[in-house]
Amino acid sequence: MRAIGIILAGGNNHRMRELSQKRAIAAMPIAGSYRSIDFALSNMTNSRIQRVAVLSQYNAKSLNEHLASSKWWDFGRKQGGLSVFTPTVTNENNSWFRGTADAIYQNLDYLRESHEPYVVIASGDCIYKMDYNKVLEYHIAKKADITVVCKDMPAHENVDRYGILKMNEESRIEEFEEKPIVANSNTISCGIYVIRRRQLIELIERGAEDGQYDFVKDILIRYKNMKRIFGYKITSYWKNIASVEDYFAANMDFLKPDIRDYFFRQYPDIYSKVDDLPPAKYNVGANIRNSLISSGSIVNGTVENSVVFKGAFIGNNCTIKNSIILNDVYIGDNTYIENCIVESHDTIRANSYHKGEGEIKIVIEKNDRFVI
Amino acid sequence: MLLAGGQGSRLGVLTAKVAKPAVSFGGKYRIIDFPLSNCINSGVDTVGVLTQYQPLRLNTHIGIGIPWDLDRNVGGVSVLPPYEKSEDTEWYTGTANAIYQNIEFMDTYNPDYVLILSGDHIYKMDYEVMLDYHKAKGAEVTLAAMPVPMEEAKRFGILVTDDERRITEFQEKPEHPNSNLASMGIYIFNWATLKEALIANASQPGLDFGKHVIPYCHDKGSPCYAYEFNGYWKDVGTLNSYWEANMELIDIVPEFNLYEEYWKIYTKSDTLPPQYISAESEIEKCIIGEGAQIYGKVYNSVIGCGVTIGADTIVRDSIIMNEAEIGKGCEVYKGIIAENAQIGDNVKLGIGDEAENDSAPHIYNHGLVTVGEKSVIPSGVTVGKNAVVSGITSKEDYPDGALPSGKTLIKEVAEV
Repeated sequence: MRAIGIILAGGNNHRMRELSQKRAIAAMPIAGSYRSIDFALSNMTNSRIQRVAVLSQYNAKSLNEHLASSKWWDFGRKQGGLSVFTPTVTNENNSWFRGTADAIYQNLDYLRESHEPYVVIASGDCIYKMDYNKVLEYHIAKKADITVVCKDMPAHENVDRYGILKMNEESRIEEFEEKPIVANSNTISCGIYVIRRRQLIELIERGAEDGQYDFVKDILIRYKNMKRIFGYKITSYWKNIASVEDYFAANMDFLKPDIRDYFFRQYPDIYSKVDDLPPAKYNVGANIRNSLISSGSIVNGTVENSVVFKGAFIGNNCTIKNSIILNDVYIGDNTYIENCIVESHDTIRANSYHKGEGEIKIVIEKNDRFVI
Repeated sequence: MLLAGGQGSRLGVLTAKVAKPAVSFGGKYRIIDFPLSNCINSGVDTVGVLTQYQPLRLNTHIGIGIPWDLDRNVGGVSVLPPYEKSEDTEWYTGTANAIYQNIEFMDTYNPDYVLILSGDHIYKMDYEVMLDYHKAKGAEVTLAAMPVPMEEAKRFGILVTDDERRITEFQEKPEHPNSNLASMGIYIFNWATLKEALIANASQPGLDFGKHVIPYCHDKGSPCYAYEFNGYWKDVGTLNSYWEANMELIDIVPEFNLYEEYWKIYTKSDTLPPQYISAESEIEKCIIGEGAQIYGKVYNSVIGCGVTIGADTIVRDSIIMNEAEIGKGCEVYKGIIAENAQIGDNVKLGIGDEAENDSAPHIYNHGLVTVGEKSVIPSGVTVGKNAVVSGITSKEDYPDGALPSGKTLIKEVAEV
């Protein structure tokens, strides 16, 4: 592959509510067995990109643990490999990443020392499958300076949280607005870019001189008339996690057979860290309807229309409905949970009642696991 | 040194194409995962795996040992098949002969002690504790042994010991046992003792640890001790014991618990996604592996990774191995369905009266119905108890749409 990969995995935001306390969005658990960044990482390795840098900043503990070994994505190689960069204090610099472009700027040596002519930039908070080679071929055919992967959203969907763009008939981007107040198009940027490596270095350096730190605002929008910026439209599944509602919906999507089939059974695979958990166990009294259950879980109660992550324990006579139970949660007997997301490693006492009214309730209970 | 070359012929069609240690167990595991995980959990990080019978599945499973953290700069796992020599090339003719042929491998590490294991038992054991015992006793040979009921003792190699647990007598499958301590096929040797014994007995045909090497060491006066083990240990040598051991895993708190944080069992996981249970399913007393899709009703069963069970199908008291597919409207009772088997719609397995198997009653018994790996069973047929099906079968193979109890239907899997 003639490109290196950069995965932006720095961020979190208030719309993730309490879920942002523990980890960056890129480390959010998805679909029972995965984390958000697995999709970008697997796409990179399946596109035969050999060198990948993950730029992270916000509460990177979960992410670092997840990426502690790169072998799960086949990056444990002599040629290339996976690097994780967090902000460091150097002679020239002692600040945090002040934006996406600054994150790249602070690691510009990585780009300079590469020899691949192109760079694929992706973000760690999107759920999709993509062969980046197709985008690169398109980029070269269009003689583009920057190619932005984009997607038409359904007309009724509220798109004001995305970057909105308008293309001309040649697919060249004419308008680009980040999180507009009134969107005048329903084509959104998927946060995936292809750019020539030297071009990127040049633009990033110029931005840094001017104290500009954001890739979208200070590069894409600033240069949209001066540079040849093209859109590459996709129609396949793509979802971004930027809020609790997005997160909930993305997980529930995996209960649909076509989406499950697309991600789990069709080539190429999505890879993740292997946890060596035993098979899921269903005891007498288990009653499961339309749900995903992950390995290491033990179920004694009722689970309906829910996604249960790895190593969960669900007690006797419990009812879990329309909910997401994250990793390693213990739920005591006779508990009722509906429209909730239960934070990982939580311990829910027996006889608890949690129901999200009107919106998804996030349950965080820091009880001791074993109370005598 | 892990002996993994045996066929395990009493597992019938399950071991037609794979060595017994590679047969799947407990949903996602293979039998060899247990001794291999014991090794790494005990701090044994240099392991030779001796293969001979149908090693392909074993080789791909073990690879360079990544799942067990046995990919090491020094040591790690080495797969040791028999190899051609300038003279006297031969297969591994016995357990000790296999070790004898790999003296060179052990010599490169020049260990103080060698642990001999077999790849066909289900148990968790800390070999380091056994080694400490071996050292404390000043033993040259230590055999792990477990007490068995006196009436079953005649099926095992029996160790008679003094009060200090020093072995005074061996009895191989004795008619009148003097002890109920059965050897588990787990030995620790001082390397010098083992090497000397192997070389001294090299010309013995079918050189075997239990029959030749250990009696030789004992007769020579080397101190041999028994190490008593009282945990869970299961020989899954027969179809029925294999089925029972699987079924024991689904008890509320099984005696052999896979869910303990401590002493994990590792395996090569090919499948990652969670399992999907549909709105019409019923699941009770089961363990189910990753990526399985269940649309039917499953009771009291062990289901492997990537298995599909169709709508309105009932599976009871059965073992369904990785990637097998069962169609809609089927009934499966006490079935052992091997990997990648494909069963059509409205198939009934394990129905009818008991009848002794016509080809191998000592293998296919206890009312189990066995389906070999990659077998195909067409829609709408019925297969009885103690029956066995292997290979790609079609409607014509089932007169009146049925294979009665006790019948055997084995077709060669066509070469692709």
